[in-house]
Amino acid sequence: MGTSLGTPTASAIVFFVLIVALTLAVTWWAARRTRSTREFYAAGRSVSAFQNGLALAGDYMSAASFLGIAGLVALRGYDGMIYATGWLVGWPALMFLIAEPVRNLGKFTFADVVAFRLRQVPVRIAAAFGGILTVLFYTIAQMVGAGNLITLLFGIPYAWAVTGVGAVMLAYVLFGGMIATTWVQIIKAVLLLSGVTLLTGLVLGEFDWSVTRVYTSVAERYGQGALEPGGLVTDPIDAVSLGIALMLGLLGLPHILMRFYTVPDARAARASVLYATGFIGYFYLIIPIVGFGASALVGRELIAQTDPGGNMAAPLVAELLGGTPFLGFIAAVAFATILAVVAGLTLAGASALSHDIFVHVVRRGQATEQEQVRVARIATVVFGAFAVLLGIVFEGQNVAFMVGLAFAIACSANFPPLLLSICWRRFNTAGAVSAIATGATLSVLLIVLSPTVWVELLGAAEPLFPLRNPAIVSMPAAFLAGAIGSWATSEPEAEAKFDDEKLRTYLGVGAE
Amino acid sequence: MIRLMDTTTRQRLLDSSDFRRLVAGRWRVSLALTALLFVLYYGYILLIALNQSVVTATLAGTVPLGIPLGAGVIVGAWVLTAIYVIWANRRYDPEVARLRRLEE
Repeated sequence: MGTSLGTPTASAIVFFVLIVALTLAVTWWAARRTRSTREFYAAGRSVSAFQNGLALAGDYMSAASFLGIAGLVALRGYDGMIYATGWLVGWPALMFLIAEPVRNLGKFTFADVVAFRLRQVPVRIAAAFGGILTVLFYTIAQMVGAGNLITLLFGIPYAWAVTGVGAVMLAYVLFGGMIATTWVQIIKAVLLLSGVTLLTGLVLGEFDWSVTRVYTSVAERYGQGALEPGGLVTDPIDAVSLGIALMLGLLGLPHILMRFYTVPDARAARASVLYATGFIGYFYLIIPIVGFGASALVGRELIAQTDPGGNMAAPLVAELLGGTPFLGFIAAVAFATILAVVAGLTLAGASALSHDIFVHVVRRGQATEQEQVRVARIATVVFGAFAVLLGIVFEGQNVAFMVGLAFAIACSANFPPLLLSICWRRFNTAGAVSAIATGATLSVLLIVLSPTVWVELLGAAEPLFPLRNPAIVSMPAAFLAGAIGSWATSEPEAEAKFDDEKLRTYLGVGAE
Repeated sequence: MIRLMDTTTRQRLLDSSDFRRLVAGRWRVSLALTALLFVLYYGYILLIALNQSVVTATLAGTVPLGIPLGAGVIVGAWVLTAIYVIWANRRYDPEVARLRRLEE
């Protein structure tokens, strides 16, 4: 089969230009509505539950989910499906444990919640550190992925691709803030969900609309083993540890938590999680069909030959079934997917720098609206430029472990202080700082010593830490450090303010 | 914007059995659903890790049980989320509204 992958076809360029033009038009419209901090960080809290549900889905479903999981299923069969379930199960946990309290207690960032009744300076520094570290590793993985994908899809040189993504994403966030970011994420979610639905329909059409026939055909070609668990889940402890990181890491992702401030109240935040879980669940239910379809129709050999990671499985099957125009559409959708995720990440990184560090640490909470918006925009440029630079520095590096690292830090450094500050009266500043420091240090250290980095990247013979995913150790350690830090010190002011916090958490009294 | 309560009203509300029941009930429901979610997901992962024969047993010819199980985890997770929303909209929100009306 001949493929036009890697060459910019007319249809790819048309869809690509249409998406960029549409999102920049939205940004222009949003820029005229973005004057205050409430608008820049939180879209004026005027996003509806349904819109936020779509935007959360757009913020979360990365190119790694779309192209990566389809590729994993295509090349490794059932293992890809196990992985897909892990990406969904954090959403119910987010809802049950922290979504509404986070909405009621915070203003713009999750550090607002952690620092609600604690000493601002140390807690803001620690929480912003955990948040920025999470967002940074996540961004590096996204930028390197973006550069590789765009090179594969359109044949553009890597550095140009990374710079291009950085420039468009900066335009959204810098001028349109959260309003533009929200709409870019909504557009992307609609495009991605409809594109993958169409692709699934085309695949099923080849098999008389029977999912069973897709599986049968894969089993005929690659053996029954393709439909059974392979190497992903062998060590139960490592598998559970990965599950913990994927599930509870979501509860510490700054760019996701930040979206709850865009809706008017806790009730809307709750409804938006249900919508998001529905959209994301639907996506992960149908994406394996695309992967298995690619296996059966395109063949693993050609998929692996085009890209050893399997990322081109979905585009290849799109081209086979829908021709060059459909490939162009799917490629443009993948591009939109990357843009929406990096825009959300940049806004989260910038808000930690400006709202948490500049306003609450440097200025001790005393800064005018105008100054805050100006600093937020400067922080956006700083973070965006840094993202592009790191994307270029890490060209050709294996950065897959960085997504795992981002989730490990999120669930070990961000989630424990968040949960403890919501439910434990005795929790205090020393507890928060120790939890964050322990969680961040341990997750980074243990990943470096793990088989993934110590053996596969650094070439040592034996790993110093046996697990690939540190969460099962680093998260409980962070909770323990939070408890010890709190017990070892006493902070009557923090305990006294817990009553205010309770009224705000459960009744929404005083919520912004 | 909500007006903040004065100190005595606030303390009366915090000490009331209704408010305590609301908070306890909220965590009871949340933790019960979280426990079900853990059983659903980690049960699935551990089943794959420890007892592969269940996952590879086939249904109707070729499709191994693992495929509907994986899909079931996704659907089940969504159903748990929906149960929480139904509970919160029908039980929690009216109680919050009632408590706030009483005290403001």
